[in-house]
Amino acid sequence: MSPEVVLPILIPLLAGALTLAFWRSQRYQRWITLLAAFALLAAGLWLLDSTRQHGYVVMQMGNWPAPFGISIVADLLSAIMIVLTGIIGLAIAIYSMVVTPDQHERFGYYPLMHLLLAGVSGSFLSGDIFNLFVWFEVMLLASFALLTLGGERAQMEGAIKYVTLNLFSSAIFLSAIGLLYGMVGTLNMADIGYKLSQVEHTGMINVVALMFMISFGIKAAAFPLFFWLPASYHTPLIAVSALFAGLLTKVGVYAMYRVFTLMFTGDVSYTHDILLWAATLTMLTGVLGAAAQFEFRRILSFHIISQIGYMLLGLALYTPLAIIGGVFYIMHHIIVKTNLFLVSGVVYRLLGSYELKKLGGVYKHRPGLALLFLVPALSLAGLPPLSGFFAKFIIIRAGIETEAWVVTAVALLVGLLTLYSMIKIWAEVFWKAVPEGTDTTALTGKRKDSQMWIMLLPLVGLTLCTLYIGLNGQPIFELASDAADQLMNPAGYIEAVLGVLP
Amino acid sequence: MVEDNKKIMKTNTLILHTAALFLLPLQLIFSVFLLLRGHDEPGGGFIAGLVASAAFVLYLFAHGVPATRNILRVAPHDLLAIGLLLGLAAMFPGLLYGEPFLTAQWWEFTLADSVIKLSTVLIFDIGVYFAVLGSILTIVMSLTEAEE
Repeated sequence: MSPEVVLPILIPLLAGALTLAFWRSQRYQRWITLLAAFALLAAGLWLLDSTRQHGYVVMQMGNWPAPFGISIVADLLSAIMIVLTGIIGLAIAIYSMVVTPDQHERFGYYPLMHLLLAGVSGSFLSGDIFNLFVWFEVMLLASFALLTLGGERAQMEGAIKYVTLNLFSSAIFLSAIGLLYGMVGTLNMADIGYKLSQVEHTGMINVVALMFMISFGIKAAAFPLFFWLPASYHTPLIAVSALFAGLLTKVGVYAMYRVFTLMFTGDVSYTHDILLWAATLTMLTGVLGAAAQFEFRRILSFHIISQIGYMLLGLALYTPLAIIGGVFYIMHHIIVKTNLFLVSGVVYRLLGSYELKKLGGVYKHRPGLALLFLVPALSLAGLPPLSGFFAKFIIIRAGIETEAWVVTAVALLVGLLTLYSMIKIWAEVFWKAVPEGTDTTALTGKRKDSQMWIMLLPLVGLTLCTLYIGLNGQPIFELASDAADQLMNPAGYIEAVLGVLP
Repeated sequence: MVEDNKKIMKTNTLILHTAALFLLPLQLIFSVFLLLRGHDEPGGGFIAGLVASAAFVLYLFAHGVPATRNILRVAPHDLLAIGLLLGLAAMFPGLLYGEPFLTAQWWEFTLADSVIKLSTVLIFDIGVYFAVLGSILTIVMSLTEAEE
């Protein structure tokens, strides 16, 4: 028996229930949160180790045999995503200790955070398409509540767009599941994959494939339905922003990877071609949107979109190398993006604003913090020898190999524009002098901030992760390569879930 | 307390006020009946939880939030937490026997000539019952208090 495959779901669920039980004591809630975050990361590493040994780890919930029951399946990609969830969860848990106001804690910040993590882990591990939908909803429900916690006007405005579009996407997702069930009579993803591979591809299957693409595309913030993201991600508490930025859109990307490598591979020239153009336009619009922004978190939000484009590009090119690039990119991106959001939170604590015009002088007074920004920022832009360089390099090389010239050119251009955005932040926030009339007592250290080191701890940890991926690229590349191997050969996944095929 | 009652009495009819007192225990007993009946026949934790919360909501409409909190004795979100923990507890016994999570375990014994079957499914159902009761009461009470 392999309990490691359900632990990443059970730990946050248990932590959520326990923090709810200790509703009255914020101290206990914090300790449970920290413990659960460590446990989740440990369970993730265990799962990764186990998938590296066995290839696939499967558990049939309630001992109902597949395809009748719900299968929980971990392949390498799932395990990698779970480890990343653990890393981000831990970083956010530590960071939240300092930045979460009392009022938020009293309104159930920690239970909601655990519920969100449970939803994210569940989505990564589910082997059943309807169960995937349920985990999506768990995640969305928690994110709705976290997004509006505090109840400011801007939050409500952002939340309305966020909720409306995500519900719309869920509706499409559900209808697509219904149609698919009508066609193949099963909800188990491995079984669907097997059955679809046995039949002649018809137009109807492509229609369903596109419905899945639209639904996951909205959740991943891909072109053209991405505008809910920049409208809402800069409004909640910074720890919530960082958590969303790191994990939520990537769940959509993961679902896309799962569905378009396991299930809809019969008419690649049609489906993946559409995906290719969506990816290209996503990259371009995201980065152009960022160029026009002058608010720290909004710039970062637009960059999430452009980076999503790269990940989808890896899937759309659909060659072994491109998939490796995509997986590598997801690993790099989750860590770097969360890190940048956390930096913006520290700057806010020092200077009390997210507006670039009102910020400045951080490099002069806090060179260490400037370094903690520079590493992820340059990594995001793709400068060697940081993690982003290798991620972009693999994808662009895959693009050249398949002779997709336009897309490759766009990917290179977007890299350059990303660098422009990061330099803009650097020049405004870190380089220029502090604007007149700004309260600099916190920045210069006149007013002591005894909890600052707790906030910096996750920053340092995530920066070290980025450096590790960049400087130690070979083992990470091999891991991504093994994961891509599994994705390109869905027969292994199908056999692991259903047993030996007739 | 007396003040509260007076205020609420003004806005409610005497019939509702009195009926709520008698309906509350009846509905609660019925909800327990539904809960225990649930495995093979229509019923179960979810529907039973809804019936139980309907009982308290009816009392709440007639007597107001403070009086309902009084007879409930525990805070609604504690009920929710208990429900979730019970639900999670039902997952683990299967693991002790080396079976996957959520695998149902059954214990049978005879008591006064009738076979009694207890199972982790029942624990899970009780968990659902409390979770539904807790969340609905949390929502209704917060909404009512926000209105006042």
